[in-house]
Amino acid sequence: MSASKLELEQFRTEVSAWIADNKPGNPGFLLPQTFMEVGNEQQLEFLREWQYKLWSAGYLGMAWPKEYGGGGVSPAFQRIADQEMRRHHTPIAFNVIGLGWAGPLINDIGTEEEKEKYLKRILSAEDIWCQGFSEPDNGSDLGNAQCRAMRDGDEYVVNGTKIWTTMGNFADHMILLARTAPQTERKYDGLTFFLAPMRIPGIDPRPIQKLTGEYGFTETFFTDARIPASSVIGGEGNGWKVAMQTLQYERGAASGAAGGLNAVHTSAGEMIESLRGVQRDGRPILEDPEVRDELVQTLIREKSIALGDRRVHISALNADYPYSLPLSRKLRFTEHSRAMRKLAVGLQGNHGALYVGDDDVIDGGFWQRSYLNSFSATIGGGTSQVQANIIAERVLGLPKD
Amino acid sequence: MNAEAKPITHNLTMDFSEEQAMVLEQARQFCGEKSPIPSVRNLLDSVSGFDAAVWEEQVQLGWMGLAIPEAYGGLGLGISCSVPVAEAMGKNLLTTPFIASTLAAQAILRGGDEWQREQWLPGLATGTVASLALLDDGDWGGSLCEAEVVRRNDEYILSGQKWFVAHGATAEFFVVSARCEGSTVLAVVSAEQVTKNESQVLIDETQRAAKISFDQVNLSSSAILSQADTDGLLADLCLLGALLTAAEAAGSAIACLETVVEYLNIRKQFGRLIGSYQALKHPTVEILNAVDSARSHIYHAAGLLGSDALDNDAEIACRMAKVLATDAICYAGDRAIQFHGGMGFTYECNAQLYLRRAQWSQQYYGDSRHHRTRLARILLDNSE
Ligand SMILES: Cc1cc2nc3c(=O)[nH]c(=O)nc-3n(C[C@H](O)[C@H](O)[C@H](O)COP(=O)(O)OP(=O)(O)OC[C@H]3O[C@@H](n4cnc5c(N)ncnc54)[C@H](O)[C@@H]3O)c2cc1C
Repeated sequence: MSASKLELEQFRTEVSAWIADNKPGNPGFLLPQTFMEVGNEQQLEFLREWQYKLWSAGYLGMAWPKEYGGGGVSPAFQRIADQEMRRHHTPIAFNVIGLGWAGPLINDIGTEEEKEKYLKRILSAEDIWCQGFSEPDNGSDLGNAQCRAMRDGDEYVVNGTKIWTTMGNFADHMILLARTAPQTERKYDGLTFFLAPMRIPGIDPRPIQKLTGEYGFTETFFTDARIPASSVIGGEGNGWKVAMQTLQYERGAASGAAGGLNAVHTSAGEMIESLRGVQRDGRPILEDPEVRDELVQTLIREKSIALGDRRVHISALNADYPYSLPLSRKLRFTEHSRAMRKLAVGLQGNHGALYVGDDDVIDGGFWQRSYLNSFSATIGGGTSQVQANIIAERVLGLPKD
Repeated sequence: MNAEAKPITHNLTMDFSEEQAMVLEQARQFCGEKSPIPSVRNLLDSVSGFDAAVWEEQVQLGWMGLAIPEAYGGLGLGISCSVPVAEAMGKNLLTTPFIASTLAAQAILRGGDEWQREQWLPGLATGTVASLALLDDGDWGGSLCEAEVVRRNDEYILSGQKWFVAHGATAEFFVVSARCEGSTVLAVVSAEQVTKNESQVLIDETQRAAKISFDQVNLSSSAILSQADTDGLLADLCLLGALLTAAEAAGSAIACLETVVEYLNIRKQFGRLIGSYQALKHPTVEILNAVDSARSHIYHAAGLLGSDALDNDAEIACRMAKVLATDAICYAGDRAIQFHGGMGFTYECNAQLYLRRAQWSQQYYGDSRHHRTRLARILLDNSE
């Protein structure tokens, strides 16, 4: 499985050339910055086409098994392909819930039949996946989910409401956490995890407008929706355990994702370049000592995350708290991303008050839109506050709230 | 966006050798055994600040020779192997002349000619205590060469004063930075030649440092390190000092974190363990993340060091490591006091040891702001 340095470097050259030749040009409409902002059919079709192209060329799912549409090679290749996608600022590989969470889950605990049925179509973007965890009254307290799934012969009948369902209106399948036993001693024990079909009667996903004015998620209503009993994964009553495993993939604490970008790439270096023309007190803003200090701190934080991603593989340097780096990555990365974008907008002076669509806005309003969007990651997938609780309890061994 | 950004953080090497791993494991075990908190406290009001027997054992283990080539009696593993020792010592608040003598040896190794290396390095590898004397006053951002050497034929005459000379009372000799005919020199000066040697009263009672002064001290030409680019060497020594101080500080920050976690898990108020309150829990996670970041940078930096002059990437790495480690221990120490309540305000509570360590680490080899200002020049003023 392991690849030589030379092989990897040759591969980098190859994939880089391919991207340069195949990267789509400006489509003439606004593209989503993350997979959580696919708001209309036009964006969807564009991204579907790009993901299909990427997979057909062999640059997506490289480490997934060959028999299910993957490349069957070492994950090191996919890491390089992803690096090159970032470097070339390609569009995102938008089917993230399939590529990053449902896919690895199915790969790890699915049956042969499930793997055959789902995995290839996730990679090719023929099937779009969504996630039905959060409910209007049960968000951070996911274990309290109340959406009901009642066994009826070889089907379950689902009633209830899920919310913030990313791509709910486009999805073919949903990873669904629902309550199959309402009266258990521990609330967690009544939950079951499903690989549920979306295009059936009784499921009604209604788009919700986001703070940017764009769309991307839905409130998803279930009214006597009948899903096959065979769509249970992990066994009835084990839903909480399976959901926790899924969240490990989602938060980047467990590996297995197919690859591709789930957000448009940028960096502190790009932010600094974008500020070179900005003036403060009649001088270039990059000469202001306070601004300089903030920028340096941002650069340091960015580098900390990248170095942490490398240190995590050196066990001798993780002896004290072996789970610290993997479990804190989501918190560190998403909070850094948010803070950096906030700073970027804040440093634009008057220009910071402009938005996408104005002729004078810096970088087409990228930073403003990106700042507003950055909260998707500090809230979605478990809020930063909840992440801090998890780290405190699991890594440091502090008591529960 | 069409702005083509310079990849400012392009060097993300994380090399941790088997030798480093072995040293780290050995050092952690040794320091844990030799320096439990009661031993640390016993040494607080001693004159030397360290236990001579423990120092001797460190020397016997070869730690003083880690970064000295075999030709001069060392192990030749390089300065990257001294970094884990500093971290392990910091974790147990074990203070000996390890860092001071290691840095003095680096000055001679990097700046000396063959004769000078042979003269001093074998002794350093076997436990001679020596120290760098660089700081003219309280400002690491200053010239570091206010002391002056006047040349008279074959004689050099040194005058000036140096601050924060680590283990100044114990050191057998010093490597002193000074100005000589418009350029920088580093001079080896023995303890007997020092005109005045006054111990400073430090906020961190585990550390020792002195203010030493020279009044027309006569030096032979062989005492002047021969390195041509002394400005570069001086800058490198400051960076190595910053990195070893950062490693020591990061170790102390881990221990401080452990102290906090322990208390949060035993102290109850309002019928609950105080560790269940997020007002305490979340900042404790911030300490963990700060330490994690610091350690990533420290070992990244260590991996970039060789026997050559430090390059741009190594400079960035050492400065970032110092920024993060300093900030981590300062935050950890500060919160440790607060989170112990009234107990935290006592001399008996170990939290004070870490808060005091924090203030020492912060200033030694330049505080966080100093390094960030330097980083800004390197990272923001590139005109490509
Ligand atoms: C863009 C976006 C996309 C999303 N996509 C999906 C999706 O596809 N599928 C899906 O199932 N969900 C999705 N979510 C939902 C997301 O997982 C939830 O929003 C999140 O878990 C928080 O739940 P909540 O919205 O109910 O907020 P609440 O839980 O009500 O939280 C409100 C505030 O209280 C804080 N809080 C709550 N509990 C605690 C506690 N114990 N300690 C300290 N602070 C606490 C939170 O941090 C937050 O600041 C998405 C969310 C966003 C923003």
